[in-house]
Amino acid sequence: MSLTLFAVQTLNGLQFGLMLFLVAAGLTLVFGVMDFINLAHGVQYMLGAYLTAVLAKVTGGFFTALLLAMPLTLLLGLVLERLVFRPLYARGHLDQVLATFGVILIVNEAVKLAFGAAPISVPVPEILSGSVRLMDGLLFPVYRLAIIGAGLGTALLLWLVIDGTRFGMLVRAGATNAPMVSALGVDVRRLFTAVTAFGAMLAGFAGAMVTPILSVEPGMGDGVLILAFVVIVVGGVGSIRGAFIAALIVGLVDTLGRSFATDLLKLVMSASTANHVGPALSSMAIYLLMAGVLAFRPAGLFPSRSAG
Amino acid sequence: MKTFTVMLAAAAGLALTAGTAAAQEKLKIGMMVTLSGPSAVLGQHQRDGFNLALKQRGGKLGGVDAEVVLVDDELKPDVAVQKVQGLIERDKVDIVTGVTFSNVMMAIAKPVFDSRTFLVSSNAGPSPLAGRACSPFFYASSWQNDQNHETMGKYAQDKGFKRVVVMVPNYQAGKDAAAGFKRFFKGEIADEIFTQLGQLDFSAELAKIAAAKPDAVFSFMPGGMGVNLVKQYTQAGLSGRIPFLSAFTIDETTLPATQDAAVGLLGGAQWAPGSTLPASRAFVEAFEKEYGYVPALYAQQAYDSALLIDAAVKAAGGKFKDKEAMQKGFRNAQFESVRGPFKMNTNGFPVQDFYVVKVVKRADGKFQTEPVEKVFTAHEDVYAKDCPLK
Amino acid sequence: MTRTRRDLLVLGLMLGLLAALPFLGLPNWVLTYTARIMAFAICAVALDLVLGYGGMVSLGHAAFLGIGSYAAGILLAENVNDFFIGLVAGAGAAGLYALVTGAVAVRTKGVAFIMITLAFGQMAFFVANALSEYGGSDGLTLWSRAEIGGTRALARDTNLYFVILFFLALSILIVRLVTASPFGIALRAARSNPERVTALGYDVERVRLWAYVLAAVLCGVAGVLIANLSSFVSPALMAWQRSGEFIIMVILGGAGTVWGALAGAFAVLILEEALSLATPHWKILFGLFLILAVLFTRGGIAGLFDRSAK
Repeated sequence: MSLTLFAVQTLNGLQFGLMLFLVAAGLTLVFGVMDFINLAHGVQYMLGAYLTAVLAKVTGGFFTALLLAMPLTLLLGLVLERLVFRPLYARGHLDQVLATFGVILIVNEAVKLAFGAAPISVPVPEILSGSVRLMDGLLFPVYRLAIIGAGLGTALLLWLVIDGTRFGMLVRAGATNAPMVSALGVDVRRLFTAVTAFGAMLAGFAGAMVTPILSVEPGMGDGVLILAFVVIVVGGVGSIRGAFIAALIVGLVDTLGRSFATDLLKLVMSASTANHVGPALSSMAIYLLMAGVLAFRPAGLFPSRSAG
Repeated sequence: MKTFTVMLAAAAGLALTAGTAAAQEKLKIGMMVTLSGPSAVLGQHQRDGFNLALKQRGGKLGGVDAEVVLVDDELKPDVAVQKVQGLIERDKVDIVTGVTFSNVMMAIAKPVFDSRTFLVSSNAGPSPLAGRACSPFFYASSWQNDQNHETMGKYAQDKGFKRVVVMVPNYQAGKDAAAGFKRFFKGEIADEIFTQLGQLDFSAELAKIAAAKPDAVFSFMPGGMGVNLVKQYTQAGLSGRIPFLSAFTIDETTLPATQDAAVGLLGGAQWAPGSTLPASRAFVEAFEKEYGYVPALYAQQAYDSALLIDAAVKAAGGKFKDKEAMQKGFRNAQFESVRGPFKMNTNGFPVQDFYVVKVVKRADGKFQTEPVEKVFTAHEDVYAKDCPLK
Repeated sequence: MTRTRRDLLVLGLMLGLLAALPFLGLPNWVLTYTARIMAFAICAVALDLVLGYGGMVSLGHAAFLGIGSYAAGILLAENVNDFFIGLVAGAGAAGLYALVTGAVAVRTKGVAFIMITLAFGQMAFFVANALSEYGGSDGLTLWSRAEIGGTRALARDTNLYFVILFFLALSILIVRLVTASPFGIALRAARSNPERVTALGYDVERVRLWAYVLAAVLCGVAGVLIANLSSFVSPALMAWQRSGEFIIMVILGGAGTVWGALAGAFAVLILEEALSLATPHWKILFGLFLILAVLFTRGGIAGLFDRSAK
């Protein structure tokens, strides 16, 4: 394994991690502020992708589609909040899980009815279609650099909003102690609605951003949802900073595991055994990571809730 | 009390449907395909291919009125077992057909064989059923799983490639694919990469491939995985530099998504819609007219499975309840297959030709694969010799 | 009528109905289908102990079902045909895995517990996927069922049906006895008031761990039964979606009532089958049902019962 390859894989891992961060950010916000487990976050990601794909076809431009898709995902988030989420804030986690799982089933099937089961794809926007030569024979698409940029940009924006605005202050206060915020006379219901809609838009943005590199298909949000949960639990529920760092760690562990686990095992065992064990081990890598972190820090790396 | 009453009513409803399945002299066919989840599009091709053949024959197969009961196996083997038991015992089907994935096939094989019902696969062809566990009740209109991969292995060998990277998902079909490829490719395997099932991003694997600098890449990435891989392979600048050989990765189920990114890439198959055989042309034209999309090999296999049943019932003189006559009928089925001539082996799998196919853009802007080179003639699967049936 | 007595009455009625089913002259598929639901119900009842009483939301419970079925399946593939050996192996393997992973998991709470059990479940799933000798992801077909005392008694569906019903009744009995015992009271207290449990002289984590292990053992038994019933084992049995389905069964039935879990298992699986017969797009209806059930009922089926009884 050459140093160049290692560097390239690290870059790939960071890019994957930032993509995960885009999805996880909204999830951890909603979870942190409302103590609400929103399994429908994955389908909101999928809806963002589908809206972008369809709008890109209609308008012919990726960026136009992206700009149009954002308010639409926000709107869908508001509708969902009104119809399903709102009565559930006061309920236990289990009721939330059950109802939002119902939302997953409905939206996945509805999307299949509307757009068919076959994957659809979106071309890379012209202006970002170039590539950078990373090593002999390998190009790194500029679009992936754009995803890195979007991830970092979102992180920066969230940091500015949450650390520097009144809305952010309420969000932080809500994540630490929601009853207190309400006691201070803040309209908690409006805060919750705003955060949920914002979370839905973040999910939609993540879905929209990946369309040029990943295929758009029914159920595409399900696997991502699990990864996003891994990220927020490792990072500490409700903590944007935790989600950011955990996303990078998960992205790196997953990518480096996939790249090098089998080769490293070949040093200590026969090639065929390594071919057997390596892939199984790298599939488990992020779960091992999560179990390890939770075993020592049950509340994650950056717990934001004051009471454990 | 309300809920309890509802449950009782539901139970009674189930019992009732059991009672109504009176035996009429209609050929009943249970079609089990995957219509949920990311792979639903394969099942859709199978369903439409079969239905087209049935429609063209006025709803009759072998001169007998046929009725199809469609079920979705949801790609869950234990759900499939339960549903196939329903097909056999409740709907009293004479034939179970379809079956998209090998794990579902392995799950339903035993209950279907035990009930002496015929199982006509229009896709999955797992190795146990071709070898030791073969059955006189099993017939495939498709292939044995390894064969399309063997085709690419032989092709890589014939082309004189010295070093090849093999990349497959880490599940049984992926391992079978790698084994099938290596059976006929004798050069060096520069690297063998097992990816996660359902993996979306292949940038790490593509970097490894670029670093290994092989003469070619062989990959098996069905469904959405294939779409992502093909797009990313092109975006990473590898297509055009390193030949991309594949099976079940680039076909008409994924081409609408990959579009231009897949043009020129190679796959192994027994048939492609670009085939110039008259039977094939007629099929593709009729299919596109009926359903508005280009049929992939899954549709062709299902179409042929209907033709196979048609021929078997005809050979049995319409006596589809006569198991022995039907077995003979399946074994010696004569019909004009869309793929060209083939014969049924002793294990119920076809002995047929295999081609390397290539993605092209048609004049109407749609994409399809077309055969470019015949690799195997009358190719028999390697497991047939373990099958005790004679 | 007290709640306990009514619960027992309902439970007895349900089990009695199930025992009578084979004598109603119903077609065989109804029997095997019911047997399958009963096997899943064993696991749901076991999960109720952990989730309903212990307040631990395990999203890895299907792994124990899978481990049990793999233990039985591998033994059968290796020509160890005795049913009881399979049973002990399945229950033991599942219990052992629960003991090792549970020791870590019970230290966490809330969503962290959900995710850590998911992680351990996924690890078992990936291991099963990698078992190429036993079919890997394609699964393993068992060409014959296990033997009891050297006879092929289980080959008859009716016999297997009664064996599964027996284990279902046994599981319910065990869970009820456990929950009524001082241990069960400590377990229930551990979810709301850990300090009190400590004051009672119990180690909270140990109480949770043993409940977790017991539930896993019962699920392992269910796995052995499922393997014999469907003559097939595969990693799909332990996919995380399946664990989610168990949670749905328990919540829908009414967590913490035992018979609720049984009712939930029947409700979910019959509804899935009935809806999927009605339309290929049944998941929309099922999703809608879930949402409405959560929004307009509390405490699941058992909860409905409570209110209509008032």
